Amino acid sequence: MELYELTIHELQAKLRAGETTAAEVTASVFRRIDAVEKDVRAYISLMRKSALAEAARAEEQLRKGEAGPLAGIPIALKDITCTKGYRTTCGSRVLDNFIPPYDATVVEKLRAAGAVFTGKTNMDEFAMGSSTETSHYGTTRNPWDLGRIPGGSSGGSAAAVAAGECIASLGSDTGGSIRQPAALCGVVGLKPTYGRVSRYGLIAFASSLDQIGPFTKDVEDCAIVMNVIAGYDPAESTSVPAEVPDYRGFLGRGVEGWTVGIPQEYFVAGIDPEVEAAVRRTITLLEGAGARCVEISLPHTRYCLAVYYIIAPAEACSNLARYDGVRFGFRAEGSRDLIDLYKKSRSAGFGAEVKRRIMLGTYALSSGYYDAYYKKASQVRALIKRDFDTAFASCDAILTPTTPTPAFKIGEKTDDPMQMYLSDIFTISANLAGIPGISVPCGFSAAGLPIGVQFLAGHFQEGRLIQIASAFEKLAPSEKRRPAL
Amino acid sequence: METTKISTDEVTYVANLARLIFAEEETERFASQLNAILRYMDTLQEVDTTGVEPMTHAIAQKNAFRTDAVGESLPVKTALANAPEARGNCFQVPKVIE
Repeated sequence: MELYELTIHELQAKLRAGETTAAEVTASVFRRIDAVEKDVRAYISLMRKSALAEAARAEEQLRKGEAGPLAGIPIALKDITCTKGYRTTCGSRVLDNFIPPYDATVVEKLRAAGAVFTGKTNMDEFAMGSSTETSHYGTTRNPWDLGRIPGGSSGGSAAAVAAGECIASLGSDTGGSIRQPAALCGVVGLKPTYGRVSRYGLIAFASSLDQIGPFTKDVEDCAIVMNVIAGYDPAESTSVPAEVPDYRGFLGRGVEGWTVGIPQEYFVAGIDPEVEAAVRRTITLLEGAGARCVEISLPHTRYCLAVYYIIAPAEACSNLARYDGVRFGFRAEGSRDLIDLYKKSRSAGFGAEVKRRIMLGTYALSSGYYDAYYKKASQVRALIKRDFDTAFASCDAILTPTTPTPAFKIGEKTDDPMQMYLSDIFTISANLAGIPGISVPCGFSAAGLPIGVQFLAGHFQEGRLIQIASAFEKLAPSEKRRPAL
Repeated sequence: METTKISTDEVTYVANLARLIFAEEETERFASQLNAILRYMDTLQEVDTTGVEPMTHAIAQKNAFRTDAVGESLPVKTALANAPEARGNCFQVPKVIE
């Protein structure tokens, strides 16, 4: 067993016992990167040099017994997270040469916990996409089948964990961008409650929906990373000053006596039969462990996608107004005047999907259409949240498939935006309602592609998600499969 | 024939609002894709939202004020470091006023 194959908690034990060093762990991960990155293409930039220095610092802390919970653990960051002094592109030509003058709060927290940063991972441009195919830097490949997409938008972060090119990573989730790629790459991915993790230094897509969260190899690692990144941040006014529990305390508690809601609207025509079968097996296993699984209804589910594709683009078109070629980012040459400079810089800088969403958002907010689209969508959003409030009055958690199908082929959906949007159909509701969601591997298709099950819980109930996910992980027939790279 | 929600003229109008320029064939492609998406949005019209307050935040929070105290700010040189063009302590842009 190579060091890069281990989990955070396994490495923690080895590092503390003096069985290995932070330098050896980092070297193992970079050897793995050198071996498989040409196939997977998970990263936009590598941080090899600073990683070695961080590993040396972690080693020092471990020797002195002052090590943080992530001391010497190689972690990758989605390239939407600002890193002081290191290029942060957000997958866009617009930010190709952008060097942030500050670190995101999550980066500071991980650093303080002793993490070693391996690099910045690939993503759909400005996180707009479900496959990493809209990235200016090329498509990441799914480690389980290099002809398929890893999911998106945080596809690079998910693929890097699955391929052993880091031990854990961070992504961001606006409509499923952590959970969907986690499911398609066979790793654990958590989207926390809106306000649980600071968004300071996260490049904004849709500010009422965006959240940062971890990709890990197992549920215990997810709890470890959440312990580090969760919490109030005075620099981020939508982060919530609520107490953060020790998420490790929820591991191994079981689900005896729990009520788990199975929303009928998530088991609809169009769902792949292998996905449905794997998710149904999960239900049986949880019942065997003493949970009561009951059919529930979330009646406004069928409107989630339409609501999302009004609200997210509306917020995005405002957030992306800042890319005008003046203060930072791409500037086109040969402009006649200031307006011409804006237009030429934006038109040459943004890719097609980003333009499509800016157009959609601008249209939905424009005079004469605001009530029909944005206001209507915000009202239906309230009803979607109300559905969840009602469900959580009688359920401890909700169980759904994470995605309707396993990973699709590269190029399969790029010409049809509506088909691409439908791949997020089961994950969007959590962002609209602001609730946390986790995707956990629950099996493989006959073709050997990973399948994920999603658990949802009420606001600030990440602990419950970790509890049910860890219970399921224990029950599931242990499939220690790894991608054959 | 399916209804047209947005014409190519409207695409050009919205593009101007969004400070984007499209070539003619791009305008047509966007019009057709946006029409497909907007037709899908029509499903929302079947929902009765009478008296429903629009939801703008996932978590209800009051205004988050900080104390009015002088803190650390980015030095001018750092703030200008990513500018495509800068002169002195300013971002430089093409002439705005004739």
